[in-house]
Amino acid sequence: MISFASFPVQPEPTRHFPDDEDAMDLDDGDFEAGGSKITWPGETITSSQAYMRGHGTYVESEQVIASVAGTVERVNKLVTVRAIRTKYNPEVGDLVVGRITEVQPRRWKVDANSRQDAVLMLSSVNLPGGVQRRKLESDELQMRNFFEEGDLLVAEVQAFFSDGAMSLHTRSLKYGKLRNGQLVTIPPLLVRRLKSHFLTLPCGVDLILGLNGYIWVSKHVKESEQEGEEGFDAEAVYSNRNDFIDDSTRTAISRVANIIRVLASHFVPLTDTLLLEAYEWTVENDTDAKGLLSEDVGDALVATITARV
Amino acid sequence: MGSRVEILNDGGFRSDGRRQYELRDMTIDLSQQGVADGSAIITHGLTQVLVSVFGPREAKMRSQTMHDRANINVEVGVAAFSTGERRKRSRGDKRILEMAATIKSTFEPVVQTSLYPRSQIDIFVQVLQQDGGLLQACINGTTLALANAGIPLLDFVCAVTGGVHSTSPMLDLTLLEENDIPHVTVAVMPKTGKVTLVTMETRLHVERFEEIFRLACEAGKVIHAEIKGAVRERTSRLVGAMGSGPPRTGGGGDDDAMDEY
Repeated sequence: MISFASFPVQPEPTRHFPDDEDAMDLDDGDFEAGGSKITWPGETITSSQAYMRGHGTYVESEQVIASVAGTVERVNKLVTVRAIRTKYNPEVGDLVVGRITEVQPRRWKVDANSRQDAVLMLSSVNLPGGVQRRKLESDELQMRNFFEEGDLLVAEVQAFFSDGAMSLHTRSLKYGKLRNGQLVTIPPLLVRRLKSHFLTLPCGVDLILGLNGYIWVSKHVKESEQEGEEGFDAEAVYSNRNDFIDDSTRTAISRVANIIRVLASHFVPLTDTLLLEAYEWTVENDTDAKGLLSEDVGDALVATITARV
Repeated sequence: MGSRVEILNDGGFRSDGRRQYELRDMTIDLSQQGVADGSAIITHGLTQVLVSVFGPREAKMRSQTMHDRANINVEVGVAAFSTGERRKRSRGDKRILEMAATIKSTFEPVVQTSLYPRSQIDIFVQVLQQDGGLLQACINGTTLALANAGIPLLDFVCAVTGGVHSTSPMLDLTLLEENDIPHVTVAVMPKTGKVTLVTMETRLHVERFEEIFRLACEAGKVIHAEIKGAVRERTSRLVGAMGSGPPRTGGGGDDDAMDEY
C-alpha cells in the first residue's frame, strides 16, 4: 500500500503558547459576515438564543459549541460546522462505488465508506431475463452468481433505514458490477457533486467518481458496446472476467489512478478539467505512473495545475 | 545519596534541567498515516506515541453492536524497542489491557457516540518511545487523532501527570521521576473544567493530592493551547488547499440550488 505523508509538519522555530482565548469569540457582527471561519471541538460559536444548532455542533449552557474541526457555515438561523475530514454522509440520489462485504438472505451488505455498511436488496438489482421480471426463490439461492464477497459495484443511494443505514439500487444499465480497472480511495469531501459522475478521458480511460470517495478507474468501453435495454446480457453484466486490456491502456489507467492519489494527498478537490490538465502535464513532462508518486514530481504537478485552473 | 540522581536539587532544578512546574517540549504531527481516518503522532519529551483512528465504521463483531450508539474499541501496542531494556510485551499483557480500558473510559463520555448507532470506532495506540507520562501521551494523542478523523467530541481531553517530591509538587514526570515519587495522571476538558480521568498507581498523601490535582488542571490548559493550535493549523491548511482548486459548484448553497428544480 502506497501512502503519502501529506503536509509534513515543518519544525517550528519558536515555541509559543498563544493567548488566543478570545480570538474565536465571535461577536454578532463578525458572525454575520460569514466567510470560512475555522473552528475545532469545544469552541463556542455563538449563543443558542439567536441561532439553531446544526450538524457538528451541540448546545451547552445556552451556547452553540462546535464538536468537530472544520468550517462554520450558516443558513439563516441554522449554524453548522462542516468537518474537514469525515466519513461519507450519504444523501438520496448520490452515486457511490462500493464493495460487497457479506451476502445475507435477500440482501447484500456493501462497504461504501460510510459509518455503517450499506444494504443492497435483491429486489433492487436488475436480474437476467428482463428488467421487469419477478424475483423467484431460485434467485435467492444463486445470489452469489450476481455479487460475491469482494466484488465492486457502482450504485445509487435509494433510501435510508430508520437507523441511518443506506439502501442502494442498481436498477439502471449504468450501474452494476465493475471490472477492467482499479479502485482509488480518497477523502469523500474531495469529490464534488458534478453533472455527471461518469467521466471519459481522451486517453481511453473511464472514471466513476463515487461521492463516497471511492473512484473507479477503468478501460474505456464504447457506448455501442454497452449492453442495451433490450439485450440485457447477464453474462456480461455479472461477469467476473476482465476484457483484454492492452499495455497503453494499462499505463493510462495507472497514470490516472496515481494522479488522483497525488491530488488527494495534497487535498485538492477533483474535477474533470483538473484531471485532464494533470494528465496532459504528465504526458508533456514524460512522467511515468511510478515517477508521479515521488514527492517532488507530485508537488510540481499540483503547483502547476492549481495555478493553471 | 552517592550515585542516585537528585529529583529536585537545591537550585530548584530537576534531573533534566526543568523547573518544578515546567512541561516537557511537545511536538504534534497530524499528517496522514496510511489508510487511517485520522492519526496523530505526539511527543512529550522523549515519550512518543502514534495513534490511528478508524471509523465510525460497521461493527465487525455482532456482539458488540449497540443499537443506540457507537462502540469504542481501544487497542494499545507497545513496541519492544520503546523502553530502555528491550522487552517484548504480548497483546494480552494485563498492564496494557488496563491502559486500553482506561483510555476507553476516558473517551466514552467525550465522544458523541449516540450519533453513530450500530457502528464502531477503532482506536489503535502504538507506543514508540517511553520516558514517563505514557498514559498522558496516549490520551493527548487519542484526542488529536479523533479530532483529525472528524469524530464529534464535546471538547478536547488534555492529560498531564503530576507528582510530589517531599513537599514540592512537579508536573510532567519523566520515567526516572515516575519510578521514584508518587504521581497521579489527570485528564481534563478545559472548556468546562470537567475531569474525565484521575488515576494513581502509587500511594499519595491525601494532604498533597489537592495541590497536585489543581496544578494538573492548570497544566491541562497549557496542553489544550498546544493541541488547539495544532488542530487549527492543520484544518486551515486543508481548507486552504481545498480553496486553491476551482471554486465550488455546490458548496453551502447545495440545498438552495436544489429548490429551483
